[in-house]
Amino acid sequence: MQWELFTAATTWQAVANGLWVTVKLLSIVLVVGTAAAVPLALARLSKHAIIRWPAWAYMYFFRGTPLLAQLYLVYFGLGGIFAATPAIRQNELLWPFFRDAWWYVLIAFVLNTAAYVAEILRGAIEAVPHGEREAARAHGMSHSLMMRRIVLPKAFRLMLPAYTNEVILTFKATTIASLLPTIFELRGALGQIATRTYAVIEVYLLMAVLYLILTTIITRLLRLLELRLTPYHRPRVDVDPVPVPATGPH
Amino acid sequence: MEQVTQGWFQDLFKGYGHMLIEGLWVTISLALISYIIGVGLGLLGAWAKLSGSKAANIAGETYTTLIRGIPELVLLFLLYFGLEIALRSLFSLLGIPDFEVDRFTIGAIVLSFICGGYLTETMRGAILAVPKGQMEAARAHGMNRVLAFRRILLPQIWRFALPGMGNTWLVLLKDTSIVSAIGLHELMWASKTGGSNTRQEFTFLFAACVIYLVITAISNFAFQTAERHASRGVVRR
Repeated sequence: MQWELFTAATTWQAVANGLWVTVKLLSIVLVVGTAAAVPLALARLSKHAIIRWPAWAYMYFFRGTPLLAQLYLVYFGLGGIFAATPAIRQNELLWPFFRDAWWYVLIAFVLNTAAYVAEILRGAIEAVPHGEREAARAHGMSHSLMMRRIVLPKAFRLMLPAYTNEVILTFKATTIASLLPTIFELRGALGQIATRTYAVIEVYLLMAVLYLILTTIITRLLRLLELRLTPYHRPRVDVDPVPVPATGPH
Repeated sequence: MEQVTQGWFQDLFKGYGHMLIEGLWVTISLALISYIIGVGLGLLGAWAKLSGSKAANIAGETYTTLIRGIPELVLLFLLYFGLEIALRSLFSLLGIPDFEVDRFTIGAIVLSFICGGYLTETMRGAILAVPKGQMEAARAHGMNRVLAFRRILLPQIWRFALPGMGNTWLVLLKDTSIVSAIGLHELMWASKTGGSNTRQEFTFLFAACVIYLVITAISNFAFQTAERHASRGVVRR
């Protein structure tokens, strides 16, 4: 065991660099993926088969195949086609962009996350009590106004526990990005240290501990957010009955 | 393999199609073996979490926390390198040099552990869903704990556990793809390698995706049938 690895500045520099890439990837993917999930979930619930069907197919494909397969399909599949297209390959402006694995990772992760979040959101929209829709319609709201003001805000709150779970899964899945060349998120960056020092076990133990701590922190933060956004779900704190002043003999 | 390497199959995959079929076989056997062990681990974990023993509770809790908190890929590499070094030093002590750890075995161990961790929660919920009075009635009829578990609890656990078990199976099936990272020649590895050998990456990787989707569809059908079977006499359809 090379214990000095845990105190080496290079190790913690790699942790910092890798963590920065992981956080960047996770936050972009969650923001863009969740935003894309809203129209996707609405399309999935549309009355019109022509809108509903493509959304269903999209979600079925991205939820039914491994993320790694999607990542490879986008990077090696699409990337290979781009590289074989002279218009892109020989374009000095486009090629540096199309050559960079980072964009492919972002696209694959966003497409994947959008499908999973859309499925969660679809379930949440369906779980909004029907009486709330009826009340909104009785107040003369149009369908889109009702969705915007009543159904979606309620659905967002309903989906929070499942969404928290999805965030954790996406966070753990970011490790897969490092299976592409030149992506050095937390696992990739520390993996380089492992290759350089041959201290594979030490590095992967450190990685396991780091991920364990990080998932715990993320879970705790999201549970706090959940409590803030759904105050009515908080467990009731039974206030101690106000002590009645003892009525002494007057 | 002679018959299938002809016609459209040959045209589409340029003679590398057999790699996909071999990879598919590895993926399916890996997933099935891991799932069977995983169900056992799940029942064991649920028992540990629900048992009266404090030590078993802590063990069960630690198990699920580790599985939930550590990425699959990190667990895979940790166990792959860890077991390799451990077994290699053990075998060199026994005088067998150059011992090579079988990747399929490592993959199956890691995937069973992950699958078992998720199934622990499913099984725990399912066991809790069976009314307590039934076990008490069984014990009162003089059944011992094992018999009561087998005759009363187990047939009913499936009814509550099957939806969660179906989900976990699909997650496991997709998780088998990461084992390609340690060089196991399963479907993902086969499609990537076949694709780069023929310069037809998109065709091969898309074919792999379609194969995963077909397995998903078949699994969904199988689990729906199983759920209907487990709920017979309870839900009429």
